[in-house]
Amino acid sequence: MAHQNHGLQMLTANRLRDGDVLYRKGSGWVLMLADGDVYPDQASADAALAAANAELVRNEFVAPYLFEVREDGGKIQPVKEREIIRAAGPTVHPHTGKQAGQINA
Amino acid sequence: MTKLIKSGAYAQDGFVPVGDDAALPDGAVIVSLARFQKDRDALLARNTPIGVKLQANENPELLGADVNHFSLIALEFPKFRDGRAFSWARMLRTRLGFTGEIRAVGDFLYDQVNYQHRVGFDAWEVPDHFTIEMFNRALSEMTNVYQPSTDGKKTIRELRAGR
Amino acid sequence: MLNALVKPVAPNMYRYDEFDAQFVGERVNQFAGQVARRLSGELTEDQFKPLRLMNGLYLQLHAYMLRIAVPYGTLSSKQMRKLAHIARTYDKNFGHFTTRTNLQLNWIKLVDVPAILRELADVEMHCIQTSGNCVRNITADQFAGATDEEIEDPRPLAEIIRQWSSLHPEFVFLARKFKIAVGACESDRAAMLYHDMAVQVVKNQAGRTGYKVFAGGGMGRTPYIAHVMSEFVEREDILAYLEAVLRVYNQDSRRDNIHKQRIKILINTIGPEEMRKRVAREFEELKRMGTLQLPREELDRITAYFAPPKFETGLADTMPDAGPDFANWVKTNVHKHKAPGYAIATITLKTPGQVPGDATSEQMDVIADLMDEFSVGEVRVTHEQNLVLPHVRKKDLPAIYAKLKELDFAAPNAGLITDIIACPGLDYCDLANARSIPIAQSIAKKFENLDRQHEIGELKIKISGCINACGHHHAGHIGILGVDKKGVEFYQLVLGGSGAEDASIGTIMGPGFGEHEIADAVERVVNVYLAERKDGERFLDTYRRIGMEKFKAAAYQGAVAA
Repeated sequence: MAHQNHGLQMLTANRLRDGDVLYRKGSGWVLMLADGDVYPDQASADAALAAANAELVRNEFVAPYLFEVREDGGKIQPVKEREIIRAAGPTVHPHTGKQAGQINA
Repeated sequence: MTKLIKSGAYAQDGFVPVGDDAALPDGAVIVSLARFQKDRDALLARNTPIGVKLQANENPELLGADVNHFSLIALEFPKFRDGRAFSWARMLRTRLGFTGEIRAVGDFLYDQVNYQHRVGFDAWEVPDHFTIEMFNRALSEMTNVYQPSTDGKKTIRELRAGR
Repeated sequence: MLNALVKPVAPNMYRYDEFDAQFVGERVNQFAGQVARRLSGELTEDQFKPLRLMNGLYLQLHAYMLRIAVPYGTLSSKQMRKLAHIARTYDKNFGHFTTRTNLQLNWIKLVDVPAILRELADVEMHCIQTSGNCVRNITADQFAGATDEEIEDPRPLAEIIRQWSSLHPEFVFLARKFKIAVGACESDRAAMLYHDMAVQVVKNQAGRTGYKVFAGGGMGRTPYIAHVMSEFVEREDILAYLEAVLRVYNQDSRRDNIHKQRIKILINTIGPEEMRKRVAREFEELKRMGTLQLPREELDRITAYFAPPKFETGLADTMPDAGPDFANWVKTNVHKHKAPGYAIATITLKTPGQVPGDATSEQMDVIADLMDEFSVGEVRVTHEQNLVLPHVRKKDLPAIYAKLKELDFAAPNAGLITDIIACPGLDYCDLANARSIPIAQSIAKKFENLDRQHEIGELKIKISGCINACGHHHAGHIGILGVDKKGVEFYQLVLGGSGAEDASIGTIMGPGFGEHEIADAVERVVNVYLAERKDGERFLDTYRRIGMEKFKAAAYQGAVAA
């Protein structure tokens, strides 16, 4: 299916205390990719990553990084398979992870 | 800023580090291997203690027969992951019979101090916040050891036999 | 659910004394302190990472993954029940048995790890050095102590090596990981020749028992078969010899390129002859020092822990007749035991469609009951992600088989095409490029038909989701390597590898196949084997005889261009 990728990106990290996958929203984090901020250009993406890196000293999350997303039928989807799996959960255990509503609050 | 820990207490560092191209001041100095190899005779002719700082890739056997002319051998940890200096310290104490100060310098963790102590380090250049209490704690987290090392500490096997 | 009628049995394996218990307990306290210092920020992630790795804790795609050590693959029923409990309490009710015979839990929280480690310590288990740049879990032949092929049980030696390598002060910051395997037969069921170092119990010309030492094998990006370091090391010298190898490695390995820092690279660079020379120098010095000599009393003391169980005598040595399904299972999954009337039973965790190597907490509990009732309380984990009941009476096999059927672990496929090794892959692993488990499942489903499986015979498929090769694809008769090509998963075929005593590194066939084509490509390759094989040849034998060409032509015929 044809998709548009205008260099859209999002920022993700892992929560330190439980390893849960996080997505940047504003100056905080959310647990679901659908709720996270999408950066429309490299400048805003870089700024978000820089802000996150500066916050590492809070010891709340680790390893923040940017990844590409695209808009597909009105929904934001990662470009890479790895990020799709990371956002949803393991494909071989569909009853586990965020795809199954298992969110560590 | 760093502090020196020796014999379980803060100590004054009597050795002045001298760059490869700098003039040698009076008194105890510590130089790189390259500097020592260049100015060996001059350094040995002095009547003051000399020290050498070895990089992680510098095998102490490069000091040759001069090893016991040194009062201090500092072993650099360029990155805490680089564990070659553990073997170098052990070699200095055993094969080379070095009885002077072996000092850990560079990037190493609190959690490595106990291992360093076991293989023959007896001095540590630590960041300012590193207290004596931390040092003693590092050495006491694991009471017993399974394998012999340079420290001569009784192994669990020996303790079992001694029961 | 614990079967009230079955009493837990004291196993014939190493048991901690007060020193071992204190060691593990203090290690737990130490790690709890490190976790606290990480949470408070006193340790950065960069500083904490090697510390948590040396306690088996990874940060993976979805959560932390904890790798629990199963030394030389041996578990007691008490330990199995504890693993089930931990998976139930702290994870999502299942665990994964790995290619290094450990157990992995995939949904762990950092804050729970100290509590988990304490629970493990209660049953004499730990996660020490299951990751990190240090000596890892010592693995062994899964039939140790039960097979009549061995000179002696290699596990006492494995236990001695385990203790010697635990928090060895000189070797906890090696250039890379260091994996050791032990064996005592000509048959190699532990993939010894693919290890950084391996020790084989042998007899010399004079009939004296000693050890043959290999080094420099490895998987990963650049696979190597190990070289012989010494044909014969005397029993009392073995720790001195192993320490000599580690010392040379720690001193002389590169530290500038993480992809070139395994011992296999060092030995390949300087050559095995030079390596032996350097090792010999360290070894001679250690022998003179004498502190690492292994006294005979100590070897005997440890060996006594592994004394075989009291086997019943007077048992019928015939295989019971319990129907054709049972007979099929016996054909592949039951092996000869050294004691008359006994057998070794393999539980393949590979029922077609299942995730290879996984077991739920409920399944683990039932297996613990089986262990107690039928196998003197003991089970072995194999590097092929299966389990083995080492000491079962032949007459109990039908009851065991019936129970395994209830568990859905009764697939009669040990060593057959559906007994696939697969790493966790992109579904779980932070390093992966592609998923492996669904590929294993699709291939297993395709070849599910038992007659067909038996017609094909021994065929070891091994799947890795990335170049790190945790699925051992280099050693697969058919290996599959998942790669990422412009964001799409592709799978390369590798043919002709072997992890047994006839070790060989597989050859890459060519460009990869898509996710929906790889199983068909495997089928076309298998069909070439069936067409070309001569009497008695396994797939591996036919490949070694005729080479890649026909397999390659068939594989790409009809494949969508990759």
